[in-house]
Amino acid sequence: MTTETLIWLIPLPPVLAFFLIVLFTNRSKTLSHTVGVGAAILSFVGSMVVFFRAVGEEHFAEHPFTSAVNWLPTGAGWFKIGVLVDPLGAMVLFFVSITIFMIFLYSVGYHNYGQPEGDHDHKGLPPHGATIEHDGHKHVVPSVEPMYSRFFAFLALFAFGMYVLVVSDNLLTMFVGWEIMGLCSYLLIGFWYGKPSAHNAAVKAFMTTRIGDVFMLLGISYLYSVTGTLTFREIFTEETLHMLAEHTTFFGMTVSGFIALLLFIGTVGKSAQWPLHVWLPDAMEGPTPVSAMIHAATMVSAGVYAVIRMFPLLTADMHGHGLPTTMAIVAFIGAFTALFAATIAVAQNDIKRVLAYSTISQLGFMIAALGIGAYVAAAFHLVTHAFFKALLFLGSGSVIHGMEHGVLHTRNHDVDPQDMYNMGGLKNKMPITFWTFLIGGFALSGFPLITAGFWSKDEILADAFAHEHWAVFITLAVAAFLTAFYTMRQITLTFLGDARTEEAKHAHETPWTMTTPLVILSFFAVTFGWVGIPEHFPVLGPLFHKNWFHDFVGHTLAEVPKAPEFSWVPLLTSLVVALGGLGLGYLVYRNVKSVSEDKLQIPLLKNKYYFDEAYDFLFVKPAYWFAENIVYKFMDQGVIDGILHIFGPSTGGIGSLIRDKFDLPVINRFFGDGSAEVTYWFGGKLRAIQTGRIQQYLMLALVVFIAIGAVLFFVLA
Amino acid sequence: MVPLSWYLIFAAALFSIGLFGVLSRRNAVAILLGIELMLNSVNINLAAFWRYGDVRMMAGQVFAIIVFAVAAAEVAVGLALVISVYRRRNTVIADDINMMKW
Repeated sequence: MTTETLIWLIPLPPVLAFFLIVLFTNRSKTLSHTVGVGAAILSFVGSMVVFFRAVGEEHFAEHPFTSAVNWLPTGAGWFKIGVLVDPLGAMVLFFVSITIFMIFLYSVGYHNYGQPEGDHDHKGLPPHGATIEHDGHKHVVPSVEPMYSRFFAFLALFAFGMYVLVVSDNLLTMFVGWEIMGLCSYLLIGFWYGKPSAHNAAVKAFMTTRIGDVFMLLGISYLYSVTGTLTFREIFTEETLHMLAEHTTFFGMTVSGFIALLLFIGTVGKSAQWPLHVWLPDAMEGPTPVSAMIHAATMVSAGVYAVIRMFPLLTADMHGHGLPTTMAIVAFIGAFTALFAATIAVAQNDIKRVLAYSTISQLGFMIAALGIGAYVAAAFHLVTHAFFKALLFLGSGSVIHGMEHGVLHTRNHDVDPQDMYNMGGLKNKMPITFWTFLIGGFALSGFPLITAGFWSKDEILADAFAHEHWAVFITLAVAAFLTAFYTMRQITLTFLGDARTEEAKHAHETPWTMTTPLVILSFFAVTFGWVGIPEHFPVLGPLFHKNWFHDFVGHTLAEVPKAPEFSWVPLLTSLVVALGGLGLGYLVYRNVKSVSEDKLQIPLLKNKYYFDEAYDFLFVKPAYWFAENIVYKFMDQGVIDGILHIFGPSTGGIGSLIRDKFDLPVINRFFGDGSAEVTYWFGGKLRAIQTGRIQQYLMLALVVFIAIGAVLFFVLA
Repeated sequence: MVPLSWYLIFAAALFSIGLFGVLSRRNAVAILLGIELMLNSVNINLAAFWRYGDVRMMAGQVFAIIVFAVAAAEVAVGLALVISVYRRRNTVIADDINMMKW
């Protein structure tokens, strides 16, 4: 099979799995997860084949795998859709397929496959546990998810959206994949729709990302109207980019800059950057594999991928040293978000919410890197982040699962299994989860030399330093420090010390379907950094000969970006912030016994700078007010009902006038009630057909229709 | 090129399925679905006749688009009615909505 054909086929298994599960296998949990995981494996194998063929290809960047078909006639020519895998695409395909496969496998264990049905579980609510008799004792064990098959169907559709987005060679099909993911995030965040918080979170996620998507669609339309094409390789030619950068449009911006800004707003929504970040922490209401899917493998990565993809457009109007308007905006939003989300993460107590804010913060790193033109560093961090964040989310799911085990044991359902202050000492109870979580946490903090997070974060800092973007450099360094701090806080509170509750004492290691993905992902969370060690790094650089990642991905661009010069300042900064943050986090939280001893529970941070409240006040409340007062009270009740209320009395007046002046004196005196009786008689006969059954009316209509048709046919013929 | 009759047969089949749905289903939403099928089978006919007739005459396509718009409006009104009936009477079974019969 040629590689191009194979690329066309990569997104196919998940979507087939979706339809198979929905239409045929939904009653069987075993069949459904076999189909789902099988599809994930097929796509995974396909992606790996494509990736390794891409790596083996000489001059791959100049001749990427691409093929297109004519799709829509557009007057003069054709609108083509097709697939494209260039170095960047191959890299993204690599991590996407691994993480998706791992998440599918993990979901089997997470949803308690093989456990009995719950005693009183309902669809749309998390399973509550089942009682089983064992040697005369009654035990409560975790029960299987009631909507197990549905979960795999949605997850498969999600994977389909991501694969479509990655292999697309044009903005339109990319946008289609983008929107499929938007839908799936809604479905999966609201998977437990019986919980009001979950369905509110689903609506919030959908609405917030929609704001970004509208702007993105505007950007796509504008781009199409200017260039007449949406295919990446046709847009990124020198003359097109030059033409776009030459002309100016609204607000004195260049066309390319303006389009890039519109597309970037789409990313702000999708990748949860300030000010559209509010949906992502609430998205934690979904099952944990979904959080991992949204936060690592697919959704938010797609946002960053879109900006990386459109990078030539972003930098088209860049001359010399200074940043053009759009890039400055991108850099500002990225750096600001990185710091802003990191400060919130410090004060969160829910194990998943800490990770949610850390995702926002890490995405801010990537966006900031793109804003200052660090193309390769952003792509590198995207890949490493996907590995360690998927690992951390799956690890936190494993912890929650273990805690739920404890909750079932003590039957005290007031204990929140996600609150880190209810944990502690899980290190010995859940060793595999602990060690893998530690690796993921250290990678997130950028633990020097070993972990992948160190190399990618260091590269962003080095780039910011080398190009003298001091504000970005300092902001990101502070954010990196906070990252290490809250990560260590999380690890200390969750795993180290003594158990703070009875539930934590009875926590349990999770089944192999959940721990295997953790082990595999922790392998990548460590080793993947080694493919991107800078060439001039002391000792290690020469050992690895060249920076393979930079070499491979950098060639995606027409002009290969230069790796920043090696300098001790950013390296030392990385070392200090990572080790300092980790050390401080351990020292501060080593002896903290309860929430009240935590000094950093500042209300401002705890309440996320009151952004939810502010948006509620600024947008939601006015919308309700407008609907209530303007539309309902003024328009409907006042104007429209007012007009109708004039009709009522006036017809009444005319009616009584006719009755008094005509009916009573004339008709009644001369004709009597004859007409009424005739009508009454007819009514009596006709009411037999007024059965009140719609189907009978329709049947009657059909018969009459056929009769009239027959008459017309025979008469006219 | 696919012969015209294929489209007509397909449309007729779709229409019959829709008609059967409308006549046999008791759920008001399913009845609406059936109506949609019937409308769309007509659209297929319109588009097919346009394509196989004089392509420069746009009436077939335009008509199909008008049908879309009407169908969208119809569904919006129909579903709104179904929802408000459901809120008052807690059922969407057409037979149970019988207050107006004698």
